[in-house]
Amino acid sequence: MQSTPGRIGALKALVFLAALYPFGRLAASAVWFPELLGANPAEYITRSLGDWCLRLLLITLAVTPLRRITGWNWLLRLRRMLGLFAFFYAVVHFASYIAFDHVFDVVEILKDVVKRPFITVGFTALLLIVPLAATSTNAMVRRLGARNWRALHRLVYPIAILGVLHFWWMVKRDVTEPAIYAALLAALLGHRVFHAWRDARSGRAAASPRTSAAAAARDGG
Amino acid sequence: MDRENIVLIKRPNDCLPSEITPEPIYRRRRALLQAAAAGAILGAARAAHAEGGGLPKLPNLARSRFSTPEKPTEYKHVTRYNNFYEFGTDKTDPYQFAGRLKTRPWTVVVEGECARPRTFGIEELLKLPLEERVYRLRCVEAWSMVVPWVGFELNALLKQVEPNGNARFVEFITALQPDTMPGVRLPVLEWPYVEGLRIDEAMHPLTILAVGLYGEVLPNQNGAPVRLVVPWKYGFKSGKSIVRIRLVGKQPLTAWEKAAPHEYGFYSNVNPDVDHPRWSQKRERRIPEFFARRETVIFNGYGDQVARLYAGMDLKKFF
Repeated sequence: MQSTPGRIGALKALVFLAALYPFGRLAASAVWFPELLGANPAEYITRSLGDWCLRLLLITLAVTPLRRITGWNWLLRLRRMLGLFAFFYAVVHFASYIAFDHVFDVVEILKDVVKRPFITVGFTALLLIVPLAATSTNAMVRRLGARNWRALHRLVYPIAILGVLHFWWMVKRDVTEPAIYAALLAALLGHRVFHAWRDARSGRAAASPRTSAAAAARDGG
Repeated sequence: MDRENIVLIKRPNDCLPSEITPEPIYRRRRALLQAAAAGAILGAARAAHAEGGGLPKLPNLARSRFSTPEKPTEYKHVTRYNNFYEFGTDKTDPYQFAGRLKTRPWTVVVEGECARPRTFGIEELLKLPLEERVYRLRCVEAWSMVVPWVGFELNALLKQVEPNGNARFVEFITALQPDTMPGVRLPVLEWPYVEGLRIDEAMHPLTILAVGLYGEVLPNQNGAPVRLVVPWKYGFKSGKSIVRIRLVGKQPLTAWEKAAPHEYGFYSNVNPDVDHPRWSQKRERRIPEFFARRETVIFNGYGDQVARLYAGMDLKKFF
């Protein structure tokens, strides 16, 4: 596939609308047709927002492996937006929990955060993703320097792990769904481990530390 | 000040004796108004029934003094938002898949520590005097509904088999139909689903076997053809599609106790002061409201009737 600026722009617009669609559907239903969201619309909204947060995290993490496998470097141009959407869904997921489950009762929310492991890990993931969103601009990349920026953004790995754990510990009994997310995440992280290991080995074979550093920089994230 | 007093003193004179309504007439008027109000309430109740699911009607329902005057949750919500894990763990799975459940022929075996164990056909149970019981239902997941059940007191059935002195607990065993229940392929819980009550809880007049909903026979997803309803306990205590009731001496081990003993106790009385390990039980969301702003009440508001059953018990220990 050829990447021209026009095509990338159109693709970005398309991805933007697609990623915003689940939120738009939920918001519109909540306001005009809560019936569409079933008997417990608030639960439906909170869970859907959480689902989309996890999905977008996994999609963001799929960019690098997909790029390696297909050679489609233009995929990288979508990664920031996908990551920011994961952040967006994390925030609205949390907001929905604050409003619908606790009706803004701060004491109850804090009790949840310290007492309930699944909330603790979910809340930790939310805190960790904030600096990533805050440093997502080109200006911040320049200010931090590419190396620091990349190191900071490796936080996305623990964030994704905590997110899946949050889901796993939340379900009452049937862990099928969280297990699917866990398997996908394991594959995406496993791919990186495998590449790091292969690069390290080929780097050693070439006896050139620069090669592996360059490879790491090229594949970064 | 003085002028006001004068006015006050003068006022009674403004009312002519001929304008005063004689007592018999105003009493009759009051009776008429009360009748009209009662009619409006009955009308509302009938309207609520009118929106049932088009299933066969259950005739001659007596109204119960145990019914709550709260507005019943809409039929579509009561029948499309269920936990019936035999058909899947999603709340909408039972509505989608329970249609296949075979509810005829159906028998309920009542056995164990009793003088006259016997088997009841479902037709026989449907012929018992039925009444409507509008109960609050509080799920352990912190949502609640108001459900107009139709049924009879469980004690009416248990008395027929004459429990003996060893009968200290009652075990409820529910249907296991692997060919109609897609959910039992996964070992989510141990099947069949088993629940239990203490004998005094089982004999309590609030504990009923329900055979209907909204004046009609029970839809499959709500536990057709006969289910337990214990309104002061979390919903999972009220086993669906009951096939066997055993009077026993030892406290039964229930399905949820086996699955997660630290999260689900034998008693599982609704209690805002005992949190589920993973969420607070202080408040609840009344389906289909958005905000979980209702304060949960101990024993789901049935404390006047049942609190004495637990006198002297540490409800935090026996949760």
